[in-house]
Amino acid sequence: MVRGMALLLLLQFLGELFSTWLALPVPGNVLGMGLLLAALLIGWVKIEWLEEAADLLLSNMALFFVPAGVGVMVYADLISREWLPISVALVLSTFFVMAVTGWVEQLLSRRRE
Amino acid sequence: MFETLTAEPLFGIGLTLFIFVLAQRVYLKSRSHPLLTPVAVTIVAIIAILLIFDIPYQSYQKGGRYILFLLGPSVVALAVPLYRKRSEIYTKRGPILAGVTAGALVSIVSASGLAWLLGGSREVVLSMAPKSVTTPIAIALVEKIGGIPELTAAIVVLTGCIGAICGPEFCRLIGITSPSATGLAVGTASHGIGTARMLEVDLLAGAVSGLAIGLNGLVTACLLPLLFILFG
Repeated sequence: MVRGMALLLLLQFLGELFSTWLALPVPGNVLGMGLLLAALLIGWVKIEWLEEAADLLLSNMALFFVPAGVGVMVYADLISREWLPISVALVLSTFFVMAVTGWVEQLLSRRRE
Repeated sequence: MFETLTAEPLFGIGLTLFIFVLAQRVYLKSRSHPLLTPVAVTIVAIIAILLIFDIPYQSYQKGGRYILFLLGPSVVALAVPLYRKRSEIYTKRGPILAGVTAGALVSIVSASGLAWLLGGSREVVLSMAPKSVTTPIAIALVEKIGGIPELTAAIVVLTGCIGAICGPEFCRLIGITSPSATGLAVGTASHGIGTARMLEVDLLAGAVSGLAIGLNGLVTACLLPLLFILFG
């Protein structure tokens, strides 16, 4: 558990380091995900070292978004000033993206089979 | 005395965990009713409590930021389901890349386009553009094109909640049935918050959804400045 957590934090740190150094538009944690995947594929890191910590974090991931969500209250008047274009565009666009992404993936996967 | 107590990290951390556990119980009791998705219920309940008891947002965040901190290693940990499902994902690499690229394009165009059609100001239209991308990428992008970063942060979280609340049900309704297509759709549209929900539904869907966060971030980071130059 502690070993897994230490590894995850180390890779996040490396991700942040590369992201800042190379001035990449990708945030450190996303880069850390890529680095960890590479380390697993190469065999530098064994999946057993991480499983406990990773499964604990991932099964509770929704919880970690709560403080970010509460932050919406600070910008409530910014949103309420133009609530109609914001809310309609937000909801419809989210549905469009899901439909197009899912359909394209499914169509191309089926065509190949 | 109340003010000094609520300004301790104990308050923010304790309140978040307590309300989240309650929300999870309500969710299970409702036999997983999508409108009662625990993240959304917890956010609404905490905002209500802060407003009712007149507790400043800054006091809540003294504890809240410790919980938010765990999001970083969680995103790194998304490599674990990706690694476990690597062979399935590798054989679908073509459809996955095509799906994310199409989704990223639709997201930018439809979010900004609809906001513009409905009379949104220039700042709002620009701030909507990266709505489906994970927060840090969205903020970096919006700073470049001249939107309002704070507004984008709020919009990104709301987008995530919509995907988490209705993603899996909406996909089933419109005939998206395979776990990889559902995971890709929800992850591309609603980043980490949607992915958190997909991880509860199916391992492959969760893995693909996690991959979609990174891929959509990359594709949008390339497409958005380009579209901005063309139409800005």
